[in-house]
Amino acid sequence: MVRYEVPGVNEHMSFLEMLDMLNERLTEKGEDPIAFDHDCREGICGMCGMMINGKAHGGFKGTTVCQLHMRHFKDGDELYLEPWRAAAFPVVKDLAVDRSAFDRIIAAGGFISVPTGSPPDGNAIPVPKEDADLAMDAAACIGCGACVAACPNAAAALFVGAKISHLAHLPQGQPERKRRALAMVRQMNREGFANCSNIGECEAACPKQIKLEVIALNNADYIKAAFTERPETVSGGVG
Amino acid sequence: MELVSNAPSGPIERSWETHKFGLKLVNPANKRKHNIIVVGTGLAGGSAAASLGELGYNVHCFCFQDSPRRAHSIAAQGGINAAKNYHNDGDSVYRLFYDTVKGGDFRAREANVYRLAQVSVNIIDQCVAQGVPFAREYGGLLDNRSFGGAQVSRTFYARGQTGQQLLLGAYQALERQVGLGTVKMYPRTEMLDLIVIDGKARGIVTRSLNDGKLGVHFGDAVVLATGGYGNVFYLSTNAKGCNATAIWRAYKRGALFANPCFTQIHPTCIPVAGDYQSKLTLMSESLRNDGRIWVPKKAGDKRNPASIPEEERDYYLETRYPSFGNLVPRDIASRAAKAVCDAGRGVGETGLGVYLDFSEALKRLGPQKIAERYGNLFEMYERITGENPYEVPMRIFPATHYTMGGLWVDYNLMSTIPGLFVLGEANFSDHGANRLGASALMQGLADGYFIIPYTIGSYLANIKTERYSEDAPAAKEAVANVAAITKKLLDANGKRTVDSYHRELGKILWDYCGMSRNAAGLKKAAGMIAELRQDFWRNVRVLGSNEEFNQSLEKAGRVADFFELGELLCMDALHRNESCGGHFREEYQTDGEALRDDANFCYVAAWGFQGAGRPPSLTKEPLVFNYVKPSQRSYK
Repeated sequence: MVRYEVPGVNEHMSFLEMLDMLNERLTEKGEDPIAFDHDCREGICGMCGMMINGKAHGGFKGTTVCQLHMRHFKDGDELYLEPWRAAAFPVVKDLAVDRSAFDRIIAAGGFISVPTGSPPDGNAIPVPKEDADLAMDAAACIGCGACVAACPNAAAALFVGAKISHLAHLPQGQPERKRRALAMVRQMNREGFANCSNIGECEAACPKQIKLEVIALNNADYIKAAFTERPETVSGGVG
Repeated sequence: MELVSNAPSGPIERSWETHKFGLKLVNPANKRKHNIIVVGTGLAGGSAAASLGELGYNVHCFCFQDSPRRAHSIAAQGGINAAKNYHNDGDSVYRLFYDTVKGGDFRAREANVYRLAQVSVNIIDQCVAQGVPFAREYGGLLDNRSFGGAQVSRTFYARGQTGQQLLLGAYQALERQVGLGTVKMYPRTEMLDLIVIDGKARGIVTRSLNDGKLGVHFGDAVVLATGGYGNVFYLSTNAKGCNATAIWRAYKRGALFANPCFTQIHPTCIPVAGDYQSKLTLMSESLRNDGRIWVPKKAGDKRNPASIPEEERDYYLETRYPSFGNLVPRDIASRAAKAVCDAGRGVGETGLGVYLDFSEALKRLGPQKIAERYGNLFEMYERITGENPYEVPMRIFPATHYTMGGLWVDYNLMSTIPGLFVLGEANFSDHGANRLGASALMQGLADGYFIIPYTIGSYLANIKTERYSEDAPAAKEAVANVAAITKKLLDANGKRTVDSYHRELGKILWDYCGMSRNAAGLKKAAGMIAELRQDFWRNVRVLGSNEEFNQSLEKAGRVADFFELGELLCMDALHRNESCGGHFREEYQTDGEALRDDANFCYVAAWGFQGAGRPPSLTKEPLVFNYVKPSQRSYK
């Protein structure tokens, strides 16, 4: 644990701009700046994230840490910053972690197998607006990992459920629905994420306000698939 | 050197079909013997890597972020254009082509733009099949809106997160190929040099951002899809990591750089709040569909906007451009905002802002409808500024957003180095001097899904596959070059931080080479940049070592390249004695509008590196317009 004093913070600064300022000062003093991941600073790329006083992204509703502004804090506040806490997210340096486990879960089945080429016309498959909206609600996940960091079990159920729900709400996602659930859950377990025990911290921490219902849908799909799928369709195949 | 565009002749409607048929094919059994390197995983790179992997090539794909899903395409809000004419409002491939050529102020290559309009319809089909949750109407069909100055509804969208959803579609297709073993992904890996052997691009040198290890990767072709160079201005709507290093180092290996002065300033961004500002946030241009832009008529009027009566407000876009009103193209809206602020009528603390007012739309449509259309944007605005746009008008100001210039490519998207292909924002090809709204996503995906898979095969079928070792002299020289740059940055051990230099460079460019430019200012800026660049190499402070996760070192290398690119930007802007699109030279205007000089400047300016300290060469590709006859753009 290192303690830094940061005087002269402007209330309109974003949290990361406050860290930028601190890093500039550290560099000028010859001390190592603090490493943290960030990129778009618009709350959409999902690259930033840290625990602030034990809360993922600081714990403000629907807000990533890059969109959090200093007007939410008082002069003199003491803030504890930690990297995401999860065995499946090893620390790279300081506040930066390795979230490649998420990529491997998507690679295992988080897609619709469609070759680049000549799919049917976009309007050939009507999608009820309600379904499209539900799919979009789940597809809003930015893959930041706050759900995992906030979960006492470090489970990835909200992340996996979001992708499962996004694709399960669309007609295009039906053919692979069962194998997708099985493959993604299997990879999730391999990566060392623990089981979900319905605590709900993930939903509270999610900066995109993904709902717990995606986990319910994932569980339903997984159980159905586990009873009905034959083993060979799950292992291998052509993707 | 002569630039051969390889654009087909004959009727433009058939040119891509005919050209495709003339391209050589690679036997399926031979595809897996070819290694292809793809740098960048945005819409262009992600879709290219996925499509090439699926064809059976052996793809090695690189990104500097921790995951390919983070690329900045993800931040695009508004939508993607396609000439589907689903709404029966008179759209067609030809109209999209016409609008894009005109919107680009007649500085793009006709054949490329026509092809872009043609494949736009395939993109939508592809993305729907992948599960991109586009907005739907109650009947279940795809919804469209009119966007960014178009008079037809051809923009497809997924709430305010269209870029995110399209990118996740490409990312999922890419990860599927990773799972199948056709693509090997290298995240947190930055390309730092291009390996050219016997005149052909044969590989790249990379640095692992985790531990600083340099890697040599050979391929039969190298595809750069590394985005634009807007961050040369320091403050822009780009992500913090966006950089020009890959294309700049390719330029230094012989790829020509085209039209660097064509940069786009987006009219609707949240104004700068203070010196600590690290980036600017775009508010989607779709807001201009219902928001009305105004400033007080009187200079220095600091009253609260609500207490300024209607007759003392100047809705300057509506008065000046009655037929397009608030929906004029980006370059025009941005310059108009600058003009009213320069006249002292800007709003907000800094005076660098104009109002974007929804009160009329709120009355007409009600808050619920407005929330449905723009809810997430309003929330974002409030999060950043602390003001509620349902109650107070938004304040907006232009900011650097997109760069139309980039590496020169021919019709096959190949640069002047054989085997080096450039896609998406990184190339110069389709948007001329100004890009229309919802066209960047279209171009990125067109290049990656529907063009490179054809054209790269023809190149590969024509060359001999060679296997090289890391001992190849060109590889060793490139590695030594990268190591030397790193060492020089670490050894400077000076007093100033990288960011402080970057900020100063950006300020010079914004002041003298931003929304409006003049010869004296550009000369002055070039001198200031050269001086600052020299000071940078002597006095920059990068702590730590190469062999670790070192974000200051990453930034330092990128800023070093921005200095050189900034000088070229000024040089190009100075040489182009005309105004067109995003390039506005104060000396060349008529009634306050851009004045093109087609007799002397109807060409692509492609600059070639001639060695450090020597002026670059200028090669011109003349532009011929057989279909859309150049005219003075008018939106009045």
